[in-house]
Amino acid sequence: MTMAKTLYEKVWQAHIVDQLGDDSLIYIDRHLIHEVTSPQAFAGLNEKGRKVRRPDKTVGTMDHSISTRSLAIDACGPENALQLNTLAKNCEEHGIQLYPVGHQKQGIVHVMGPELGLIQPGMTVVCGDSHTATHGAFGALAFGIGTSQVEHVLATQTLKQTRAKSMLIKVNGTLPVGITAKDIILAIIGKIGHAGATGYVIEYAGQAIRDLTMEERMTVCNMSIEAGAKAGLIAPDETTFSYIKDREYAPKGADWDAALAYWKTLYTDTDAQFDTVVELQAKDIAPQVTWGTNPGQVIGVKDAVPGPDDFNDPIEKESAKKALAYMGLEAGEKLSDIAVNHVFIGSCTNGRIEDLRAAAHIAQQGKVPSGVTAIVVPGSGNVKRQAESEGLDKIFLDAGFEWRLPGCSMCLGMNDDKLVAGDRCASTSNRNFEGRQGRGARTHLVSPAMAAAAAITGRFADVRDFQE
Amino acid sequence: MADSTQGFTTHSGIAAPLDQANVDTDQIIPKQFLTGVTRSGYGKHLLHDWRYLDLEEKVPNPEFALNKPEHKGATILLARENFGCGSSREHAPWALADFGFKTIIATSFADIFYGNCINNQLVPVALNSQQMDALFDAVKHNPAEEITVDLEAQTVSCGALRFEFDIAAHHKNNLIKGLDAIGQTLELANAIEAFEAKHASWQ
Repeated sequence: MTMAKTLYEKVWQAHIVDQLGDDSLIYIDRHLIHEVTSPQAFAGLNEKGRKVRRPDKTVGTMDHSISTRSLAIDACGPENALQLNTLAKNCEEHGIQLYPVGHQKQGIVHVMGPELGLIQPGMTVVCGDSHTATHGAFGALAFGIGTSQVEHVLATQTLKQTRAKSMLIKVNGTLPVGITAKDIILAIIGKIGHAGATGYVIEYAGQAIRDLTMEERMTVCNMSIEAGAKAGLIAPDETTFSYIKDREYAPKGADWDAALAYWKTLYTDTDAQFDTVVELQAKDIAPQVTWGTNPGQVIGVKDAVPGPDDFNDPIEKESAKKALAYMGLEAGEKLSDIAVNHVFIGSCTNGRIEDLRAAAHIAQQGKVPSGVTAIVVPGSGNVKRQAESEGLDKIFLDAGFEWRLPGCSMCLGMNDDKLVAGDRCASTSNRNFEGRQGRGARTHLVSPAMAAAAAITGRFADVRDFQE
Repeated sequence: MADSTQGFTTHSGIAAPLDQANVDTDQIIPKQFLTGVTRSGYGKHLLHDWRYLDLEEKVPNPEFALNKPEHKGATILLARENFGCGSSREHAPWALADFGFKTIIATSFADIFYGNCINNQLVPVALNSQQMDALFDAVKHNPAEEITVDLEAQTVSCGALRFEFDIAAHHKNNLIKGLDAIGQTLELANAIEAFEAKHASWQ
């Protein structure tokens, strides 16, 4: 009789190369790289004359520093161009597959990776980007790393890691109409807090999670880091397997059969113990809107903006005070009274085809009023092409949205898609930190449908009030 | 790895107080400064939005702790809960170290940031909130009072205050010896090869 194990323990133990005291040397199956966090890693390798151990397990794309208006590599200036050209040169020199700007398969690293079948259950996946947590949707152990660790993985295909604690988050029951994966994860972060899962790997479970498509699961896992978690996992099932099957990098033939047999063992055993368990009821989740400057500062669309007095914890009290001042809001305000002048639909959280369909469904019910700028940025070349084949681009353009080229765009504004002081944005991205989308700009995180509703009404509107 | 051949044993210096929870890495080093391809030169942009009143960094914000004359030359940063949350950008510890900080003492740290600090010889010290209150008070009362972080003894002292802190043995060891982590792992090449030989090829 073997010990009952969590999914996390199973994946962890299957990747231990060596035990080094309280640290384990963990093998990395997939390493995704992009232009912002890799140049110094390659420079470090080159200085020491080291090689990339497994270029075949490393894949690069350009996403953060690129224009969404032009395919020109220097469209965002010489510094961005140098960074992009440095990535191209490094990939060329080290024999790494790169999907550059303009390539059909190029896209936000966490959108294009799964699309190509690069991410599979039971894998360890890393990237110099905190939203690597996205890939936990496949039952892979996926986490963001710093550039020194990028260099370590390039050189050794391993990382030294200490095992995290485990947290089970169960979302019971079925989601009400109009409630999305984005609302689930925002509600979770609202419940456990912005640092509520620091030191933990989360496993998401329960009926509402099981019912999600792969793209929706990616949205949930993507924001695990916004609760401080090391990673967030969902056990693979038929939804997962059928998503991966026949994708470019998926195992084929006998390998598929072997892989599938293994993947079916990747679940948490019935008697396995978690360090912490959190439960939510899906029926209680309303469309979520953040009001503050971290993703844990979130409320239902019908709730009033809270004030410092609504919090007992002195830190939260102080944070609320500061957040309200930055956001230009007052306690007790109704979200439906708050006007927005920008809307951003895209990012690794919500830049996939299902997100764009949901947004387009609302967008076609109105027009973006003057004074509001709404941009739609597909997560990848493949998402863009698919959307265009379905006519979604036309719907957005007809409703007054801008239709852009794929990239990270206004999620963090490393290109020219950024806001200025005082702008207020309904955004489908993942971070509402001060200055995230531009110095002095105010970000409210919402689902794609809620963002589209804000775009056509010019203020926060309850998506449940729109037609089915 | 960062050029980390110099080990850290103990450090004494004056502190700058950043009395605020959830300071994220976007705040520590905003995105417009992430276009570099080297590890150096980020210190001047550290905490840009709070430190400067203008985008060109010509007008320092006189109200901001790091700009106050009494904290000039600080090598120790005092912070609060969840310091370094958000983005994995290692530019954050690069900026803090380039600015001159040797150690950050906070109530708690975000995971990725904590690891990034270790990899850059920037010593992250976690104390409880009462202990942090005492340090913030001490610095407020006398900004010239030096704080000492003794990594070997795992203690922080400041005047009559003396606190112990926890740090994982391997982190402590790497910081004290300033080891090349990649060089260490490359010595385990046989174990990595053996793992690859038994690991399914489709993975």
